[in-house]
Formats: sequence, structure tokens, C-alpha cells
Amino acid sequence: MLTDTERQEIESHLAEYPYKRAACIEALKVIQREHGWVSDEHLRDVAALLDMTPDELDNVATFYSLIFRQPVGKHVIYLCDSVSCWIMGYPKIRQHIQERLGIDFGQTTPDGNFTFLPIVCLGDCDHAPVLMIDNDHYNVLDEEKIDHILTAYQEEA
Amino acid sequence: METPLTGNIRPDRTPLDLKGYEQKGGYEALRNVLKQMSPADVTENVKRSDLKGRGGAGFPTGSKWSFVPMGDNAPRPKYLVVNADEMEPGTFKDRLLLEGNPHQLIEGAIIAAYAIQADVGYIFLRVEYKEAERRLRKAVSEVYQSGYLGKNILGSGFDFELHLHVSAGRYMCGEETGLLNSLEGKRAIPRAKPPFPQVSGLWGRPTIVNNVETLSCIPHIIRNGADWLKKLSLTADGGTKLYGASGHVNRPGLWELPMGTTLRELIFEHAGGMKPGYQFRGVLPGGASTDFLTEEHLDVQMDYVNVPKVGSRLGTGTMIMLDDQTCPIGMLLNLERFFAQESCGWCTPCREGLPWVANTLQAIEEGNGHPHDLDVLSEHTWKLGPGNTFCALAPGAMEPLQSALKYFRADFERHIEEKRCPWK
Repeated sequence: MLTDTERQEIESHLAEYPYKRAACIEALKVIQREHGWVSDEHLRDVAALLDMTPDELDNVATFYSLIFRQPVGKHVIYLCDSVSCWIMGYPKIRQHIQERLGIDFGQTTPDGNFTFLPIVCLGDCDHAPVLMIDNDHYNVLDEEKIDHILTAYQEEA
Repeated sequence: METPLTGNIRPDRTPLDLKGYEQKGGYEALRNVLKQMSPADVTENVKRSDLKGRGGAGFPTGSKWSFVPMGDNAPRPKYLVVNADEMEPGTFKDRLLLEGNPHQLIEGAIIAAYAIQADVGYIFLRVEYKEAERRLRKAVSEVYQSGYLGKNILGSGFDFELHLHVSAGRYMCGEETGLLNSLEGKRAIPRAKPPFPQVSGLWGRPTIVNNVETLSCIPHIIRNGADWLKKLSLTADGGTKLYGASGHVNRPGLWELPMGTTLRELIFEHAGGMKPGYQFRGVLPGGASTDFLTEEHLDVQMDYVNVPKVGSRLGTGTMIMLDDQTCPIGMLLNLERFFAQESCGWCTPCREGLPWVANTLQAIEEGNGHPHDLDVLSEHTWKLGPGNTFCALAPGAMEPLQSALKYFRADFERHIEEKRCPWK
């Protein structure tokens, strides 16, 4: 079931487009912001709201890399693995996060605090290597800086 | 030296608000357009300025606009779409314009919309650009309050609505027709052309898709004239260009410089040359999908006409440096993995060919390469080349590969002969 707030927020985007389904990516993001991911149940509810079949909506949802169709951790670490970051030391950063959290790409820590994912070029190549955690951007990374950043997210948890 | 695009961007990128932008002459161009110019006049000015699209393809902007059906019988609504889906690896120029001066982009978009008589516009922004999103939302709402957007703008009778559309990932959204599908709430797969979007684009209506940097030039063309923009350039392609450099250079960054600045000046003056301990070996001049250039090409003028003469493209103008401490095959493997991952899967050469290329490169990099592999890779460069795919993703992916096979062949052969990566 969509909450009233979710429904209202999704409906507020409908006026921006001539067809309801154009708002579907935004709608999936509304759900994901509230629940962390998009469950089958939510997918069905959103599809009904936008006059789409669940399959039509899932077809869209599974295409976009930042729509999650399975649960993720409380925080998602997106490490840029594109070319400039690769040249500037991405492999070392990835290994350091792997060792510190005990997870590689696609995995979630047992306490559910972090999911670790690769992401394409974040457009901050003159400050590589770069990563995002949730909505926050971090650059000019080295092992020490990673430790500092991750500690902040771990203490908060 | 004039820097119209970045002149009003503060070093920390805090953007001017509406009032601040107006104090610097902002929205004057829009006022003049609405008061004194016909849509055809605007397009004619942009044509005469020789402005070419800054998204990478370099198509003349004014010509693109002129393909839109005009007049009372034109299909409505018409659309203007801002491509703010900057995702070409190694490219970080539009982020500066989006974060640093959102009003400049919005003013350019409204003028472009007037030129094609668009009814509705969308700024298609990648979701990871959070700061840009916040600033654009604020700027768009300021503009609505001031009457530069909405019904009967400044009493001119021209109506235009502008919405911010935030995406959810995938490189394919930057491809013009993939972007339109994504905006319609579908997978970002490309469309066959013709029909071109100018005639049949978003929801089958006439649509112009322009890059952020392109539209940011528009207010300056109106304010200062087409000839002025032309003269900013050192070559036949009008304007300044936001150039960038990443990799092991002393000063990675972005610079607004006259179009046609040489590769040598960009790398060795503006980027400060290679860091101590690193030698220059090559450069991707304009993002991941451009051919490598090497030492012998350093005097090329970086624009849309001269770079192709030496076998590459200006692309986005943001250079990625290859140094002697970095394995060229490893770098290429990283690039081709990216393209294989981002292929939308719609057409077979791209969907099947790119993973094959990436896997072959991985085998070579890991010491499992075979001399025949180089022929397999060469064969892919034309099988995935222009004309064999729906869009430019796979042909773009072949550009660094074909040039690497040419300039770094000895490195490929060494990997295969020694059955290892000499850099490891």
C-alpha cells in the first residue's frame, strides 16, 4: 500500500507530463527514498497508479541502475570505477573498502549498514578518485580519508 | 581573454541568484529577444555564430533548430530538452555550468525555446548531480516568480513551461533518442533515425535536444552578436570551449579558452604538464569515446574540424591523460568494460560485441592472450563501427580501441608474448 504522502508526491509530478507513465521513474524514486528499495508490492501499487501493468513498470525499473529491486543497506556506497578514477587509484580504494567492511561490489554488510556498488563516472574527474555515499559526494580519496568518512557513517549507526 | 561562460562563476561555484544574475546583465538577452526579434532572427543569429553542439557530436546548433517545423500548421506541442545527463567518462564540464550558473542555462533554454516556438521544456539531469539539482530547482522557481517562464512571458504572448526531470542512471540516457525514450518513462533504448527528433521526437512531436554548454552560449550570442562569438574562436568553430584534463597532470581542472587552443597548450600550460615521475604517452582528447592521440599530434587545434584531421574527435573537450606508469591495455579494458556494461542491449553488434571485446582485453591483460586476439579486436572495430548499430555507443567504444591498436601495438604484443602485464 502506498501511503497518502507517497501517493500525493507521485501525483504532484503528473502535471509535468502529458502521459502518466512519464512520471514512473520519479515515482519509483519516491518509493525508494522512503523504503530503500522497490518491492513487488510497491511496484504493483505504483503501476496501478500510473495506468501501467506491473510488467511494464518492472521493465523500466530493472533497466535503470539506480532503481533497486532488492533491499540494500542503510547507506549505499557508490565507488566510481570509470577511467579517470581507475588511473588515479580506484583499485586501491576498492580494496581498502573491501578489507575494511568485508564486502565487495553487490554485497551488504551483515549489520545492514552498508551496501557497496560501483558507479559510472561521477563527473568530478579532476578530483579523482571519487565516491558517493547516499546523496553525499566525496573526492580526492585516499585510504586515510576513506577511514575517516566510513567512521562517521558507522558511528551514526 | 573573454570568458563568457564562466566569467560569472565564483571560484567556489556558489551560484548567482536571480537578482545577482540580472545585475550582471542576465535575462537582458531574453528581454531583447521577446521585444525585438522573431524566432527566425534568433535561429539566424545562432547559425551565423558557427556555434556547434557541445555534447560531443559538434552538429551546428542553428541548423539543428532550423529543421523544426514552424508556423501555424506545425505539430504542437513542441519540446525543448536540455541534455544535462553528463556521463561520458572523464567529462566534468557541464557540472560546472549547472552548479555555477544555473540561470545562464535557463536563459539560454528559454531563448532556444522561443526560437523553435516550443511549448514545454525539460532539463534532463542525471540523479547523481545532487548539488546541481538543488540549485536548478531554486533557479527555476525564481524564474517562474519573476515571469520569465509560464504564460505570456513579459507580455510577449509567448508561453513556455520548464520542468526539471531527474533520471535514475544509465549512460544511454545521454544519447539523444535514448534520452527521449527515458523521458517518456521507458527504457533508454535508441530510436531509428529518420525520423529525426527535430520533426518527430518526444511523444512524436518536434523536439530539440541541446547540451548544457551549448545552451549556456546562447544568451551571449544574443547580447554580443554572432560575429563576436565567432571571433572568440581561433578557428572556424565559433566561441570559447570549456576544456578539461584529468589523470596524472600537475593541475587537473577546467579552463574556458578560445576554441581551437592546441592540445600542447592545454596539457603543458593549463594542466601544468605531467606530474614528476610520469611521462606523457597519449590522451583521449574528449572523453572515453574518442580516439587516442599521441606526442606527434600535440600541435592540433582542439575543435570539431581539426581534431578529425589527425584521426580523433573533440568530443566533450575533456582530456584523459595516459602516462607511462599506466598500462594502456588496462586502461582500454576499463573503457570497454564500461561500454559493455552500459550497452542497452537493443542491437546485436553492441550487446554481443562489446563483452567479447572486453573479455578479449581481459585475457590479454591477465597474460592469457593469443596473437590471433589482435585480429579479433581489429575485426570488431569495423563490425561495431558506424552504420552497423542503432546509435553511437558501440562506434564510440571502438574509437579508443582502434587507436590503441595503432599506437600501442607493441604493448599488446608484449602482454601476449610475455604472458603477463609488464606494469604489474
